Amino acid sequence: MNTNPETVAKKTTKQILSEKLTAFRKFMRVMTSRKIVVVGIIGTLFFILVAIFAPLIAPQDPNLITMDGKLQAFSSAHWFGTDYLGRDLYSRLVYGTRVSILTGVISTLMAVIVGSFLGMLAAYCGGIVDKILIGYCEVFNSIPGIALSLTLITLFGGGMMNMAFILMVTGIPGFLRMMRASSLTVMNSDYILAAKLSGQSRLKQLYKHVFPNAISPIIVMATQHVGMTIMMESGLSFLGVGIKIPTASWGSIINEARPYLMIDPWYVLLPCICLALLIISLNLLGDGIRDALDPSLRGES
Amino acid sequence: MGKYILKRLLQMVVVMLLVSFLTYVLIGIMPRDPIYSLYGSDVTPAEYEVIYHRMGLDKPVIVRYFNWLINFFKGDLGTSYAYHMPVMEIIGQKIGVTLYLSIVSTLISFPLGMLFGIITAVKRGKWQDTTLTLIANISASIPGFVIAIALLYLFCINWKVLPSRGFTFPWDNFGEHIRQIILPMFCLSLGGIAGITRQTRSSMLEAMRQDYVRTARSKGLQENYIISKHVLRNGLIPIITLIGGRLAGMIGGSVFIENVFSIPGMGTLMVNSVNQIDVPVIQACVLMTSACMCLAFFITDMLYLAVDPRISLK
Repeated sequence: MNTNPETVAKKTTKQILSEKLTAFRKFMRVMTSRKIVVVGIIGTLFFILVAIFAPLIAPQDPNLITMDGKLQAFSSAHWFGTDYLGRDLYSRLVYGTRVSILTGVISTLMAVIVGSFLGMLAAYCGGIVDKILIGYCEVFNSIPGIALSLTLITLFGGGMMNMAFILMVTGIPGFLRMMRASSLTVMNSDYILAAKLSGQSRLKQLYKHVFPNAISPIIVMATQHVGMTIMMESGLSFLGVGIKIPTASWGSIINEARPYLMIDPWYVLLPCICLALLIISLNLLGDGIRDALDPSLRGES
Repeated sequence: MGKYILKRLLQMVVVMLLVSFLTYVLIGIMPRDPIYSLYGSDVTPAEYEVIYHRMGLDKPVIVRYFNWLINFFKGDLGTSYAYHMPVMEIIGQKIGVTLYLSIVSTLISFPLGMLFGIITAVKRGKWQDTTLTLIANISASIPGFVIAIALLYLFCINWKVLPSRGFTFPWDNFGEHIRQIILPMFCLSLGGIAGITRQTRSSMLEAMRQDYVRTARSKGLQENYIISKHVLRNGLIPIITLIGGRLAGMIGGSVFIENVFSIPGMGTLMVNSVNQIDVPVIQACVLMTSACMCLAFFITDMLYLAVDPRISLK
């Protein structure tokens, strides 16, 4: 919010920085006050690092097919064995982290941006615009998420960018509603009235007061949404309609591995475990962020 | 009251019309020729022309939509591209299975979730709370199909105590039904139980913070009495509103569970249709599941109206 030249002029950059640092420290202290949240932070960081450094960590090309070495057990050459085409499972899981996290983060980010913009628009304009946007949410909420995703997949086809787009579309109504409700609450508060009386333009009120005060429930919702999106992406890939082969995604690895459940159970269970661990970590992190941003909900669920 | 119900009904009809229009238009713009899909690729151009007009494909989208809608009310949803059978017949066989699964698992998860939620809230901070909350958090975080695969491996492959696939209605063969249904039902209900436990807990804690509870305590009332008379009644009202969303969630979740346990329901049908680009079946599936969802939300609102007299004032 230091983008405004007037406030920047009053405080030196150093002061602003130290204020931000104190706020950040306080935020981190609340976040790390529960041990279980720390576990979530470490887990999430671990998976993010794996995703970033995938080419360095993975010992082999995840798509390298060796037909004479398929369905091998654990060995020093193949830590987690090989899959039904002789590809190194460990490398595939490492690269799969990328797909899962990228899809989850990209679609959530896009849904947050579009959803909160439309939500503020609905709250700001009111009247017919509000009615149309609420109707749009109503309609999209009446179609089960999975049915909507399957419909959109039929229309656009699978693949990573399409998946991100489809999951964004299914995510927008939730953010729109949340942002609208939270903007309306802020707009009815006294300091907005004060800003109005002081003759601030409506646009300035919106980005200077309404947006920063209405955004915190969105941040909480977004952190929880990433986990849900990853779940949905892996679910769709598991059904065989999401991420297209040969791209490794945890869901599609589980799907490929299913026929071999009797022969080689670890082949199926390892990606399942990765998926569960990532989502548990993300949810714990989400709980931590919610506690830090919204003290009234602390420790309630 | 009557006016509210009428308004809500009207709203439901409008939403359903919009949903049906959306599905029709969205799927209708798909680049797949319905004539070749239905009659095979050896249709001559002259035949093509005749069928083109008979199916009304020369008319604008909006007219086609209304024709489709009118046929829908007559019970005709078109012919499946993949099975060459009336869509209504295909869906009729499957929707019962999915609805049975969803409704029974909702009925299982509500009492259990509420019970666990009450225990965790009453025993807040004690070991019962910590254990149950941890289990609820973990099981809400693991995707249903992952749990399903793990259980499938344990019970059907490792220990070989339960069949791994198939579905029989209870009225056909009850023993077989129980053996087949126990794992899918558990997987489907687990997420629901976890979610309801968490929500019941927070709603109960919210109710415990109210002033009237403090008044009751300062009057010297027994803790058990306060919980059963004041907290339970107010804390459980918001939970009732979750029934609709839960039922809808179960319909969605059953797509994955049906897939793992090879249950011939709507979920399996929908995934197969997406893979085969069977447009009429997808349209019908989306419409049917949305209708179930709208109905579930409507029932929820009516329940809310019945249990909370304050809402009818709005």
